[in-house]
Amino acid sequence: MTESALSHEIKARDLSPGRDRWSGALRSTAQGIGPILLGLIAGGILLIVIGRNPITFYGHILERGLFSWGGLQDSLTRMAPLLFMAAGLIVAFRANIWNIGGDGQFLLAAAIVSGFGPSIIGAYPGGLGLVILCVMAAVTGGLWTVVPAVLKAFYGLNEVITSLMMTFVGVNLANLLIKGPFRSQSTNVPQTDIIPSENLLPDIFGSRIHVGIIAALVAVVIVHYVMTRTSFGLRLNVLGANPRAAVHVGIDVRRLTIVAFMISGAFIGLAAGIEILGVWGYVRADWNPNFGLTLFALVFLARLNALATIPLVGFYAVISMGGHYAARKADLPDDFMLMVVGLILLFMTLTEYFVARRARRPAAPDTSPTVAHDASPIAALDLSPTGSLETGGGHE
Amino acid sequence: MADLSELRDPPVSAEVEADRPAVEVRGITKAFPGVVANNNIDLSVYGGEVHCVLGENGAGKSTLMNILSGMYQPDSGVIYIDGVEADIESPKDALEMGIGTVYQHPTLIPTFSVLENLLLGQGRGVAMDAKGALAGLKRIASDLGVEVDPHVQAGRLALGQQQQVEIIKALWGGSRVLILDEPTSMLTPQGITELMKALAQLKGRGLAVVFITHKLHEVLDIGDRVTVLRHGRVAGTLGPDVVHAMAREDLQKSIVDMMFGEEAAALAGVAEVRGEVTGHRSNRAMSREIALEIVDISVEPNRGEVGIHDISLAVRRGEIMGVAGVDGNGQRELAEAIAGQRSLHRGDILLDGATIKHSSVSGRQRMGLRYVTDDRLGEGTVSSLSVAKNLVLKRIGDGPFWNRGRVRDEAINECAVDLVHGFDIRTPTIDTHCGTLSGGNVQKLLLARELSFEPKVVIYNKPTHGLDVKTTYAVRDRIRQLAEDDQVSALLISTDLEELLDVCDRIAVLFGGRLMGVVENEIGAEWEVGRLMVGGDAR
Repeated sequence: MTESALSHEIKARDLSPGRDRWSGALRSTAQGIGPILLGLIAGGILLIVIGRNPITFYGHILERGLFSWGGLQDSLTRMAPLLFMAAGLIVAFRANIWNIGGDGQFLLAAAIVSGFGPSIIGAYPGGLGLVILCVMAAVTGGLWTVVPAVLKAFYGLNEVITSLMMTFVGVNLANLLIKGPFRSQSTNVPQTDIIPSENLLPDIFGSRIHVGIIAALVAVVIVHYVMTRTSFGLRLNVLGANPRAAVHVGIDVRRLTIVAFMISGAFIGLAAGIEILGVWGYVRADWNPNFGLTLFALVFLARLNALATIPLVGFYAVISMGGHYAARKADLPDDFMLMVVGLILLFMTLTEYFVARRARRPAAPDTSPTVAHDASPIAALDLSPTGSLETGGGHE
Repeated sequence: MADLSELRDPPVSAEVEADRPAVEVRGITKAFPGVVANNNIDLSVYGGEVHCVLGENGAGKSTLMNILSGMYQPDSGVIYIDGVEADIESPKDALEMGIGTVYQHPTLIPTFSVLENLLLGQGRGVAMDAKGALAGLKRIASDLGVEVDPHVQAGRLALGQQQQVEIIKALWGGSRVLILDEPTSMLTPQGITELMKALAQLKGRGLAVVFITHKLHEVLDIGDRVTVLRHGRVAGTLGPDVVHAMAREDLQKSIVDMMFGEEAAALAGVAEVRGEVTGHRSNRAMSREIALEIVDISVEPNRGEVGIHDISLAVRRGEIMGVAGVDGNGQRELAEAIAGQRSLHRGDILLDGATIKHSSVSGRQRMGLRYVTDDRLGEGTVSSLSVAKNLVLKRIGDGPFWNRGRVRDEAINECAVDLVHGFDIRTPTIDTHCGTLSGGNVQKLLLARELSFEPKVVIYNKPTHGLDVKTTYAVRDRIRQLAEDDQVSALLISTDLEELLDVCDRIAVLFGGRLMGVVENEIGAEWEVGRLMVGGDAR
């Protein structure tokens, strides 16, 4: 290549990718923290109104969720399935695939793992059984997305509806399995046989934290790498940012839709596998931690940036672990913390609105008649590791 | 420029009642973030005159029009209507003050009848006065010298007729000023002739017509008074005494000088600037080889489209085949079918004699079949990705830009710098989000992407739409150059007949999704093309 003056100039102004990848993650985190603070303040006012001391209340949360060794271990343990699920949701949401059927995929995978767990772990030496069960969990979660994925890819059916319907089927099928073929004979409670705790995922030495958290962190980092540095990730981003451009540039949209949907389901299945094999060892009928809905909010708060979900999921783990304790101490119902979470989400939406409004400069008139067409709601999101929030409106 | 300033109108003296402008703007300034769209504009519009407002894209024409029609409020400056200072705060205000506007794109509700469209938002009472409206419609139509069926669905009318309805709608409340924004952009030559006749009628009835355009020859044809805008300022005004006294060539030269200033000399060769089109290119020596052959293809229409039916077309190596037609007559369907974005219902497509019917979009792209889409932001680019990424968007996963799935930034950046340089894409950096580029630069980006890596056949869909004269000229030149020097065949889809006459060897005409005929680009081709564009029957 002959380097002209112009190319030198452009090269000289190239932004260093290393720095920007991190600044992108930082920015996303920062935009997540603002609404959290506002939510906590509003929750504090609420506490004052009903005659509780917010400092004490939040102090209890921190004490139980973060600053006690036991609480910290619980919070970190809770992060593992949440991070896996976040990874799964990001893969789908980035591609504009609204996999809202996470709870069905999660519970079905949980039922399969705990149903087959006792026999498989007994049949294979060492950790092999655990690995097989994790694979089964991933496959179960992935397969449960096939119906909505195919319907979306080939017939354009809205996956919000279909994956939600599949959730009803999945949740109830999981219960059916737990109360039927997988039901333990050793207890009257409808639940599966318990995997002995010495056969569960090993703990990180000297703690009660199982190794699942490490796997989850690795998964999140891998997802981030794939989304930002690979051709597969770019295809997903293009599909998400502008589905018509995806068709135009020759991306096999059908295949990509199905693959992304299944990867998403597989991560959610893994989340269930890790939770069962790391914490519970069995599933009770009608157990549903309802991680899905909370995580939608968290991954959007992280602006679909995988790395940024780590601190946010950590925060959520702390307030959910500490929240119950604090609520009990303050003689409030367990649900109080949910209200604070709701307030945070409200402020998150408002922040989103104001940031978008600031970024949206009115297009200059007498220009080309085009406006930005990017059809999807996530088009407004920052796709490149470098960029800002602006939704580029075309103008001359 | 100095000599031209003398040609400007002298300040209007209030005592000469007959010479008082129907609308007068003084010192209008309107700024948008990053651009002053109108900078201290003065403009006087008189009854019984066609006042042409001429300028390139981005010169501030539409902003000025939007201020007069009440869509925008100026930052400073005054508007006088019949000598009285007026605040036009909404389009409704403008109509009530007697200023009617016809926008570039149809605003009629296609499922409503003509009459219903006219009644929309007009009546003050609850009940609609259909009888009175019918009479009004008849009166205005006869003023215009046209006939309109009041009960036909607006969507069923040809674009030229829809525009007539728009004019009637603009004149509905007894407007005395009619503003037309680029009114000829959607019309056939026949439709343009009709429009000009109607405008002459209105002028004769004492209406003031403001005719906004970027086409010089239209100004020469109908302008009584000419105002040229450049970079948001008035570059000059010619009064009727000057316009009518000057020979056509001299007038043309004065206007070109005003439009482009010092750049005028450099643009002497541009057909549009010459004010005429003499690009008949028939009988250029050319290979007999067929590069792209379309055999009897049909495509099912999506909602709101006409689809295409039994189209056969053969493009020779190095030939530029134009595709004419009023927008929405199957052009996009044809382009997408060839590019592989839509499946064929019937028929076959051959590239260099081999079928590509079963090849994917990216397969065809690799074979050298390229598609420069007209929907530059909607499907051509991803606005939230960088310029560099957009330049390689059709090669995702391919070497040297990706190595086993992992991105190689150096390769992408190197290629991007080359293309940005080679195609003169104005961007701060190659990492800039594509969405912040101007329309012209987005188009250059698309051309850079499609015309690199050895193109064989390129489909250009409205390649110069919305571009300024210089860029338009550069794009047409590149299309010609590729065809002549590198034997790259082109299928040039355009709604701008002058462009087709300027560039193409032959012109195929689409109407209602069918091929009406292929016209050799020779003397008189525009009339034949125009005839076929409306379905073959001369209107």
